[in-house]
Amino acid sequence: MKEERVISFPHLGDYYIPIKFLLNKLTKYKVIESPPITKKTIDLGSKYSPDFVCIPFKYNLGNFIETLENGANVLIQAGGGCRYGYYAEVQEKILKDLGYHFEFYTLVNSDRITPRSLYQTFKKIDPKISIWKMIYYIPLTILMIRYMDHIDDFIRKNIGFEKEKYSFFNLKKEMLNSFTHCKGYCSLTKRFFTYQKKFQNLEIEKPEDCLKVGIIGELYTSMEPFSSYFLEKELASMKIEVKRFTNVSYLLYQKRLTRKKNLRYIEKYCKYTIGADGMDNIYRAKYLIDQGYDGIIHIKPFGCTPEIGAIPIIRKVCQDGKMPIIYFSFDSQTSETGIKTRLEAFYDMLKMKRGE
Amino acid sequence: MNAYLGIDIGSISTKGVIIDEENHILASSYLWTKGNPIEAVKQLIKELKKQVCTKNLSIIGVGTTGSARKLIGTMLNANIIKNEITAHAVGTLSLYPDVKTIFEIGGQDSKIILIENGIVVDYAMNTLCAAGTGAFLSSQATRLGVPVEEFGKIALTSKNPTKIAARCTVFAESDLVHKAQMGYQKADIIAGLCKSVVANYLNNVGKGKKIKAPIIFQGGVSKNIGVKKAFEEEVGCEVIVDQNGHLMGALGIAILSKKAPIKTNFQFSITEDQFETRGIECNRCSNHCEIICVSKNKKLIDAWGNRCSNGDIMSKQR
Repeated sequence: MKEERVISFPHLGDYYIPIKFLLNKLTKYKVIESPPITKKTIDLGSKYSPDFVCIPFKYNLGNFIETLENGANVLIQAGGGCRYGYYAEVQEKILKDLGYHFEFYTLVNSDRITPRSLYQTFKKIDPKISIWKMIYYIPLTILMIRYMDHIDDFIRKNIGFEKEKYSFFNLKKEMLNSFTHCKGYCSLTKRFFTYQKKFQNLEIEKPEDCLKVGIIGELYTSMEPFSSYFLEKELASMKIEVKRFTNVSYLLYQKRLTRKKNLRYIEKYCKYTIGADGMDNIYRAKYLIDQGYDGIIHIKPFGCTPEIGAIPIIRKVCQDGKMPIIYFSFDSQTSETGIKTRLEAFYDMLKMKRGE
Repeated sequence: MNAYLGIDIGSISTKGVIIDEENHILASSYLWTKGNPIEAVKQLIKELKKQVCTKNLSIIGVGTTGSARKLIGTMLNANIIKNEITAHAVGTLSLYPDVKTIFEIGGQDSKIILIENGIVVDYAMNTLCAAGTGAFLSSQATRLGVPVEEFGKIALTSKNPTKIAARCTVFAESDLVHKAQMGYQKADIIAGLCKSVVANYLNNVGKGKKIKAPIIFQGGVSKNIGVKKAFEEEVGCEVIVDQNGHLMGALGIAILSKKAPIKTNFQFSITEDQFETRGIECNRCSNHCEIICVSKNKKLIDAWGNRCSNGDIMSKQR
C-alpha cells in the first residue's frame, strides 16, 4: 500500500499561514507546517550544512529535518534569485544522504515565478489538482499575503508605542487565525477591514517626533524574525518606529514593477541591477535619506554576496546624505549580546544627533 | 558633597571612578575581573571606599558599563546602564572636547568611534574576530615568555620589525611561531606583532572610516607604547594616549549617571550583601531561553533573558 502523502515546507515569518491555506485548498493531502524555529532548528541545520553557506540555508535545512521527523514526505522549497536558487538541490541531496525518504519540489526553477511554471509544479505535486481551483485560490492567497503585509506595516510603525504590553501581538495572532478560516474574496476582505479597524483602535502613546529607522538588507533575515535575533522587537522596545521594505508582496510583484523607476532614482550611484535585492537596497537607502529617517540598519547573513556588493555603494550614499547606518551580519555563531550593545550604541548616537 | 560612581566591568579588567559635580576624579581603581565580576566589583568598591573615607560623600548616582553592565547594574541598583561605546565617547569628550577619532582596544573587543563637533557620528566594533585585542597580545606574551607590561618597551628597541600575518589570530600565531623558529630576534617579533595588531585593527574595525586627527587611543592595549608607535606610523599623525585612558569608560558612565533624571541611593555597605546568580533554562516553549536570575541575600531581585511572556519570571512574582 502506498503511504499517505504529507506536504510540508520551511518557515518564513508568518507566511506559513497563507501557504498552508493554499495547499489545504488545492490538494486533498495532509499539510503540516514545520515546527516553529527554535535554537534546536538552527543547531540541526548547522550540523548538516556546509559551514560557509549562508544562514537561510541552515534554517531551511533545520526546518526540513524537523518536519521530516514529524512525518512529512513531500517537501516544497521556494528557490530564488541568488545562491538561494541552488539551495533546493543541495538540500535535497543532504537530506537523502541522511537517509530520509521524501519527494522534493522547487517552486521557482528559473529566475521568475510565472503562472505557467507554478501550474506545472503543482500538477507534479498532485496530478489531480484542478486548474479552476488554482485560478481561484492562488490570487486569493496573494491577496491574503498583501493584507498581512499591509497590517504588518502598520504594526511596525506603532508597536513600540503600545500602552498595553503584547496587545498588538495578540491581536495579530487572532487576525491570522481568522484569515485561515476565510471562505473567499468577500469574507477575506471583510475580515481584513474589521481587523484593520481593531488595530487602529488599539491604544498607543506615540510622540510626534519619535525616532524612525529603516531596515534594509537581505530578504530572509529581514522577514524571519528569529534569524535577525528579533531585531524589530528590540527596536520597538526602544520606542522606535520601524520601516521595512522587504515582504512577500514585494517579492511577488512590486520588485518587478518598480525596477526601472528605482534605477532612475539612484542613477548617480548605480546603473544596473547587481543581483538579488542589491540594487533595491541602494534605492531604499537613498529613499530613507530623502524621507528624513533618523537611521538605517542593514542586515544580511554572513557571506551574502549580492549585499556585500551593495554595501560600498550604500556606504557612499549614506556618507553623501550624512545618514547614520550600521551593518549586521548574522550567522549561527552570532552573539546576541554583541547585537544588543551595537543597537544600543546606535540608538544613543541617533539621540545625540537629535541633540537630546 | 554629592558624588557619582561609575564602573566599567570588562572581560579582563574592572575599572571604577568616583567623580564630583565638576567631573573631577576623586577616587579611581583598576583591577582584574578574573572571570568573577561580582567579586571584582566588591573588591573595587572596597578600594574606592578606602580612598574617599576621609571625605563626607553621598553617592547619588551609579552607572555601569562594559560587558557585565546588566548584572552589576542590577546588583548596585544603578540609575543608568549603558553600552561601552557611548560611555567611552562621553568620558573622552569630557577631557578632550575637540577629539575627532577614538581608537579603543580592550581585552576582548576593539572599537572605533568617530566624532564630529562633539557628537558621535559613526562607530564600529569588531565582530567575529579577536585578532588585535588585548587577550591575543597577552597570550602571545606568555608564549614568548615576556611579561605583557614590557611588550611595548621591548618593541621600541627593535630596528627591523618582522612582518607577521595580520588577518586572523590563528594565522598570526602560526606565523609568529614560524618566525621564532626561523631565528628572528624576539624584539623584532614583538615589534612585528604590535604592527600586525594595528594593521588588523585598521583593516577590520577601521575599514571605510575617515580617520581624522586629533586621535585618542585608549583601552588596555593603549598602555603598550609599541602599539601606539605603530599606530602613529600607520595613520601618519600623533596619537594621544591619556594616562587615565583605561578609566574613560568608567568616567563616561559616571557622567551619564550624573545627567540621568532618576537618582539612586548607594551605600558602601553593599559589599557585605550576598549576591547569587543562577542560570535556568525556560521550558515553557521550544525556544529554551536561558534566563538569568539574580538574588540578593537569597531574595530574587531581577531576571532577564526571556524572549516571550512565558518566561517573564519577574512579572509573575509581582
